[in-house]
Amino acid sequence: MNERFDVIVVGAGPAGNAAAYTAAKGGLRVLQIERGETPGSKNVQGAILYSDALEQIIPDFREDAPLERHIIEQRMWVLDDESFVGTHFRSNDYNKPPYNRYTIIRAQFDRWFSSKVREAGALVICETTVEQLLMDGKRVVGVRCDRIGGDVFADVVILADGVNSTLARKAGFHEELVPSNVALAVKEILFLPEETIQSRFNIKEDEGVVIEMVGKVTEGMVGTGFLYTNRDSLTIGVGCMLGDFKDNPKRTPPYHLLERLKQHPAIAPLIAGGEMKEYAAHLIPEGGYNAIPQVYGHGWMIVGDSGGFVNSVHREGSNLAMTTGRIAAETVIAAKAAGKPCDAPTLRAYKAALNDSFVMKDLHKYRDMPDVFHQNKQFFTTYPELVNRAASTMLTVDGIDKKTKEREIFSSFKRSRSLTGLVGDAYKLWRALR
Amino acid sequence: MNTVSVNVEEKLFQNRYKVDHGRPHIQIKDADVCRNACKSQSCTFVCPAACYKAEGNGGVTLITDGCLECGSCRIICSEHENVAWEYPRGGHGILFKFG
Repeated sequence: MNERFDVIVVGAGPAGNAAAYTAAKGGLRVLQIERGETPGSKNVQGAILYSDALEQIIPDFREDAPLERHIIEQRMWVLDDESFVGTHFRSNDYNKPPYNRYTIIRAQFDRWFSSKVREAGALVICETTVEQLLMDGKRVVGVRCDRIGGDVFADVVILADGVNSTLARKAGFHEELVPSNVALAVKEILFLPEETIQSRFNIKEDEGVVIEMVGKVTEGMVGTGFLYTNRDSLTIGVGCMLGDFKDNPKRTPPYHLLERLKQHPAIAPLIAGGEMKEYAAHLIPEGGYNAIPQVYGHGWMIVGDSGGFVNSVHREGSNLAMTTGRIAAETVIAAKAAGKPCDAPTLRAYKAALNDSFVMKDLHKYRDMPDVFHQNKQFFTTYPELVNRAASTMLTVDGIDKKTKEREIFSSFKRSRSLTGLVGDAYKLWRALR
Repeated sequence: MNTVSVNVEEKLFQNRYKVDHGRPHIQIKDADVCRNACKSQSCTFVCPAACYKAEGNGGVTLITDGCLECGSCRIICSEHENVAWEYPRGGHGILFKFG
């Protein structure tokens, strides 16, 4: 292939597809390279799709995108071994179109998105792994694929190759990920009849529920569990910081945590009888603002997970991926229109636009959160236990007067964390979240 | 709650793979480093597909057939950097049906 392209996009996840679609729609000659058999066959996500980021790229996506259920209810559970304390937010406002978020199945969704990329005019090549970037001095001029004659050239390469960011790392654009900045999540998909899901979760056709969980199931590691309703399947998973998995003295494998979550007395009845059809694992870059590497240079930009664009506090990633992909492509379109070369001074506009968008603003807002959680494991161990015990004490009717119960609850908090500890914890959380 | 028995092979059996026979995409660079220098051998319990096994002789063996291509093993081997990690050749490895 001796052709030359305006843009090469590596990867066909949300970031890569957003970039390739936007660039092709903008009239650029686009080559997109994907290592999977089909777009989506290497990609893993929970998965929740936030409508807004996609609407900005494909406004009428709802007409034919494979969407599972729109979310009308969000549950947050704090788990102890035998119990949970939870908040549920359910609103009929979420039942009014246009819907705000959906559960999706990524293998199907990514294939759909890729079909739009092709329709927009990009050349999409699958089953091809990019081995390295081709350099001319400090400038990226193309990519080398694992095919005979696999060198292809372009003015700019957009790296959407996922969390491992193999190509930028090999090129020396950034360092290896550190275990404390990345979460390892495992999940299963369990199939059940639609009606069963609807009755168990108190929902009608097309309506969906998500449950996010923290607590003892992660054995004191910083992490969360989740359960999402698809049309005729449930996705259940758990993820913890990779550094915590590594340092856990119990040496617990991730699939043990998942199994324990599935056996929790509050969860087991919801998933009972589900037929497991796939088990997946994936890393999530959760280092936040302070871990974002250099994301542009001479002839290259990094988008999506590859650049660490994940808001772990709000469980947002695919929307940041699509937004960074779109903005990267828009940067190239603007550069071409102005007759400018795709060098670092030009592509600096990409980072500037990200800084002005919700992407960097949100990451900046929560910049201290990863450190606070890392240094204060009590949020994932002591508090879930205390909160559950408090609820149990207060709600168990046993002849003990409520004033005495209140005193017992307060002293249990003080015993576990001390008064200054409690105040300090509240302050740390407030500072990191404000 | 702490007695969990789980067979990860049964989970992996549900997955679709196109194994690149004879061309493992991940390799242990130096088996002696695992055997002699690495005390934690954390890959043997962190790998979500249990590709790494602690052997009776103190060594670690790797079979990549069930690999989910997450990258954990490479990143946790930060002290020794003893994992040579690449993606499989195009079209090979895990093929997620759902993702």
